[in-house]
Amino acid sequence: MTIVDEREPLLRARELVQEFTVRGRGGVKGGVVHAVSGVSFDINVGETLGVVGETGSGKSTLARSIIQAPRPKSGEVHFKGTDLVRCKRGRLAEARRHMQMVFQDPFGSLNPRWRISDIVAEPLIGYGAGSGGARARRVRELLDLVGLNPDSYGRRRPHELSGGQCQRVAIARAIALDPALIVCDEAVSSLDVLIQAQVLNLFEQLRSELGLSYLFISHDLALVKQVSDRVAVMHLGQLCEIGPAETLYRTPLHPYTVALLASIPDLDPSAARHRARLSIHGEPPSPISPPSGCRFRTRCPRAAARCADEAPVLREITPGHSVACHFPVTS
Amino acid sequence: MSIEEVSELASPAPVYGGAEPLLEVSDLRVRFDAKGRRVNAVNGLSYHVHAGRMLAIIGESGSGKSVSSRALMGLLPPTARISGSARFLGTDLLSLSEREMRRHRGADLAMVFQDPTRSLNPTMRIGTQITEAVRAHGDVDKRAAFDRAMELLQLVRLPAPERRFYEYPHQLSGGMRQRVMIAIALAADPKLLIADEATTALDVTTQAQVMELLLELQERLGTAIIMISHDLGLAASYAHDVIVMYAGRAVEYAPASTLFSHVRMPYTRALLGAIPRLERTPHSLLPVTPGQPPDLTALPPGCPFAPRCSRAQDDCHAEPPPFAEHEPGHWWACWHPCEVGGPAEEGGR
Repeated sequence: MTIVDEREPLLRARELVQEFTVRGRGGVKGGVVHAVSGVSFDINVGETLGVVGETGSGKSTLARSIIQAPRPKSGEVHFKGTDLVRCKRGRLAEARRHMQMVFQDPFGSLNPRWRISDIVAEPLIGYGAGSGGARARRVRELLDLVGLNPDSYGRRRPHELSGGQCQRVAIARAIALDPALIVCDEAVSSLDVLIQAQVLNLFEQLRSELGLSYLFISHDLALVKQVSDRVAVMHLGQLCEIGPAETLYRTPLHPYTVALLASIPDLDPSAARHRARLSIHGEPPSPISPPSGCRFRTRCPRAAARCADEAPVLREITPGHSVACHFPVTS
Repeated sequence: MSIEEVSELASPAPVYGGAEPLLEVSDLRVRFDAKGRRVNAVNGLSYHVHAGRMLAIIGESGSGKSVSSRALMGLLPPTARISGSARFLGTDLLSLSEREMRRHRGADLAMVFQDPTRSLNPTMRIGTQITEAVRAHGDVDKRAAFDRAMELLQLVRLPAPERRFYEYPHQLSGGMRQRVMIAIALAADPKLLIADEATTALDVTTQAQVMELLLELQERLGTAIIMISHDLGLAASYAHDVIVMYAGRAVEYAPASTLFSHVRMPYTRALLGAIPRLERTPHSLLPVTPGQPPDLTALPPGCPFAPRCSRAQDDCHAEPPPFAEHEPGHWWACWHPCEVGGPAEEGGR
């Protein structure tokens, strides 16, 4: 077993690259989709890193590259002292015990023919954790922890539960083996707002009770701020900004982050009407042929000649707050 | 509770301004009978829409917001039992036969749906689909239909319309497909546009672009818009008037500026409190409303929100509160409404 050094980050991703080859078909041009291009970040013990980005920004591919499903094309993922990208399958299976994933679709991620208690027990059986009786007790404990009464819900099947309840089951399954890291890919996006608040609070409660770390992926900036210690903004396969949540939202440095923040509908009608609306236009470029230099420059109001020639690298502006932009927003 | 009992509680539709409303829905009820179960999807909904206004209908899944607008469009399956009236410029849409309804659908009132991929024919070029819509509503020759289609594509600001005209839906992004759907909906100059979660599947930046487009079109064409959404922020940012629905009924109704500064219905307040907002600090717990939305096959005798409400008292469980205009222009259905200026996070228990 590996020994965890408290000063080491729990997860260290370096220069992750994931690409997919697409064939030309039916009038669509083939090529290589640059889904994730050189992404590096750390997640510390007990910390939540939020990742925001639009559709096609590569945030889900990033999550899958972290859990090695599939393995990334290049780069390193150090998790509890193991480089997952290069380790053997046995080591990877052992490491995955400590990193679990919760997906967006609560119905699609649960086997419809299984009972809830069997779904939650599956990882325990898979990793041979405990005897039959101990497993049954653990399942009850887990269902209790996520707020489902084991007596009334344990014997049901997923279709007898609501979306929010199914998501609780998926969470119970994810924490069954006492993981250190949970990767949430749009885990509350399909839930109604009152149920979403219940599930978000559950994540928060588990974080403080079990000391979990999260990689929390969502397209919703306000949601990500709610749960994160640090936030990374992703655009077309690259990180354009990363920093402490409060700082990043208060003083965004990248023009893309500014535009995303400006696009959020405001809950105060009077403020919304007087707001200078919308600072970016047009569509995101294709990940098959991203623009030269900075990948945001085709939509950026601050773009200059340098942006086309030279790709900006992530540089630290204030402690812990980095941006990949030649002309960061500073006012 | 039987349908007859509920009818007594039906309230007259709220009125804004002096002008004749474009659409006047009163006491709309929709239920589905299936396998011996009766699902009461819409239970006495009334509202008005005026030309040039945007009305947002907000609610969670199962609140009846989509079913009620599909009832107006005549798009519900035959198993739906619909009652009430929906007067559109003097015609009751609910009493029309399918053949009569066809004359209105598209021409007078049009609808844009959530998923543009499923609403467009994947095997037809964009241009063909728009021209088809143009020709379906007017006796125009091919040339004139082409010109009109091109004009529509420019109207909805589709980039490079000359090229896009000959492309297939899969070659467009989600935002562009939704623009095409809006162009098709506008083909016959409808007076009312119903946007059913039309921006939900889009990214925030694209959502803002599409909403700006709708506002601009409304200003130019004077179209009335009903925006159906689960997103209160979207309603606050863009709508003139807002209806909040719960369990198939309207529970609060007011101009957007009044509603968001003077929330009275505990359910609306619970919704507002549960939304993660940029002002909140990370890791703060959200105010929680316990429980699930009510079972539409067995609605409680009193207020449907009472079992989850922090302000509920005995009378709430006994009798449903009437939906009435308690302040000028501000309607709500609650026996114990929130105080104005009370804590924003009150509401849920």
